[in-house]
Amino acid sequence: MDKFIQLTLTGLTNGAIFALVALGFVLIYKASDVINFAQGDFLLVGAYITYGLIVQVGLPWSVSLLLALIVAVALGIVVERFVLRPMIGEPIISVIMVTIGLSSLLRAIVTSFWGTMGRQFPKFLPTQPVEIAGATVPADRLIAMGVVAVLLVIFSVFFRRSREGIAMRATADDQQAALSMGISVQKIFAMAWSIAAVTAVLAGIIVANITELSFFAISAIGLHVFPVVILGGLDSIPGAIIGGVIIGLLQTFVAGYTPSQLALSSVIPFIVLIIILMVKPYGLFGEERIERV
Amino acid sequence: MLSLNNIEVIYNDVILVLKGMSLEVPQGKIVALLGSNGAGKSTTLKAISGLLKPEDGEVTDGGIVFEGEEIHHKEASEIVKRGIFQVMEGRRVFGHLNVEENLIAGSYTRTDRQNVRQDIEHVYDYFPRLRERKNQTAGYLSGGEQQMLAIGRALMAKPKLVMLDEPSLGLAPLLVREIFNIIQRINQDEGTTILLVEQNARLALDVADYAYIMENGRIVLDGEPETLKSNADVREFYLGLNEVGTRKSYRDVKHYKRRKRWLS
Repeated sequence: MDKFIQLTLTGLTNGAIFALVALGFVLIYKASDVINFAQGDFLLVGAYITYGLIVQVGLPWSVSLLLALIVAVALGIVVERFVLRPMIGEPIISVIMVTIGLSSLLRAIVTSFWGTMGRQFPKFLPTQPVEIAGATVPADRLIAMGVVAVLLVIFSVFFRRSREGIAMRATADDQQAALSMGISVQKIFAMAWSIAAVTAVLAGIIVANITELSFFAISAIGLHVFPVVILGGLDSIPGAIIGGVIIGLLQTFVAGYTPSQLALSSVIPFIVLIIILMVKPYGLFGEERIERV
Repeated sequence: MLSLNNIEVIYNDVILVLKGMSLEVPQGKIVALLGSNGAGKSTTLKAISGLLKPEDGEVTDGGIVFEGEEIHHKEASEIVKRGIFQVMEGRRVFGHLNVEENLIAGSYTRTDRQNVRQDIEHVYDYFPRLRERKNQTAGYLSGGEQQMLAIGRALMAKPKLVMLDEPSLGLAPLLVREIFNIIQRINQDEGTTILLVEQNARLALDVADYAYIMENGRIVLDGEPETLKSNADVREFYLGLNEVGTRKSYRDVKHYKRRKRWLS
């Protein structure tokens, strides 16, 4: 039983992180129909920049965190200005190709500065174990889960209530009509990419904090965003959250209850991906096209 | 208030759609722009509202002046801020948003946010049916309700000039009446100037203060609705009125010639 609770808590943390990364991914897809292959690489950028600022520059973690978030916002704006805007009017598939290029570029930048060796991340979250229902969990995981939960609530409210959030959903719905409302589509794109980058950078920092700074481990999380969003539905924010939690729990349980030499846990998300594509291609909560007849 | 002086619009650098189009919309009036399919009515509206760019269209000659300032090189969002709002053809409500969110989206350019709430209620007063359905997904509304929402969304921006592109499209005749009555009320109560594009010439001539008829990318006829209604060509080509009882064969030839003169 202890093991079950232990695994559930670990799974929930992992799931929360997946959800956070998926949220940014869904946001970009919703606003601009672009599948962003560089989403996972924003995590790397976030984790390594924070590492560089704390360890190599010697800034306090709070300042570093803030700077990393500013970099994320700037990254979103730069991507909109220099990657998306020149691509206006091009087929969506070309834009998706460009995000693959962007992904390689970001990886190359990170490796050229820091290499691919694992490093010890300066953990600024407390790590002492906390006992919950007979299982012990490190405090940093609980904090991570809390932070993610709060962020997800903030974003949901933003989309439901705020004018900018509604404008963003309107743009996703019908770009030209949004334009006729006086909504600046370029501003909305920049905002979507900035928010996506911010969530990914935060996720990167959290991951580095609760595990270690590993190029490959963080990249792998970027890859897991695909099963999550396909499961939840590419354009659904609640879907991203629930998809994230399901994949996180599933992976942890499989890792905990099957022999480790099978390595089933790293494959299981992608098995889910294939099954979902076959039986429910819009995902659990994806929007099917509304058509009046 | 708004004047188009001899504008030319080209799509994709090759297709000349508007060929020297001129038009005048005076403050506080309802001006109708009539014409058959492909005459360039919608293009004219898009040229004014700045929505040509995403379709690769461009104003290459002439000028559009709104309240004394040239606007044909401005971004769409800037033009909305100046007070011109286009209700696009086919309603184009945000299908996945609910009614109220659609209205909030319409108020996007407003700077006086504290009045938005009150204006939503104001829109509901014009369209009580929208109040009943305020939490419903707009994509599932009926065509008439969607048209009401599209007009209500325009009101949310507090525009000085509303351009309506075929508000009667695909609606039952009774609903069309209702919509046109509301358009007139908005014009009278709010003092909003209206530029109305319609295929339904009879209806448009009933509500308009002045009308233009467009063919092949330019204005071919304009005047007071009463004058136009009594014009023999307008009666025949746009209102479908015909002298009955006359012999057909010779008339058809004349008709053909007259039609040709119109289109050249």
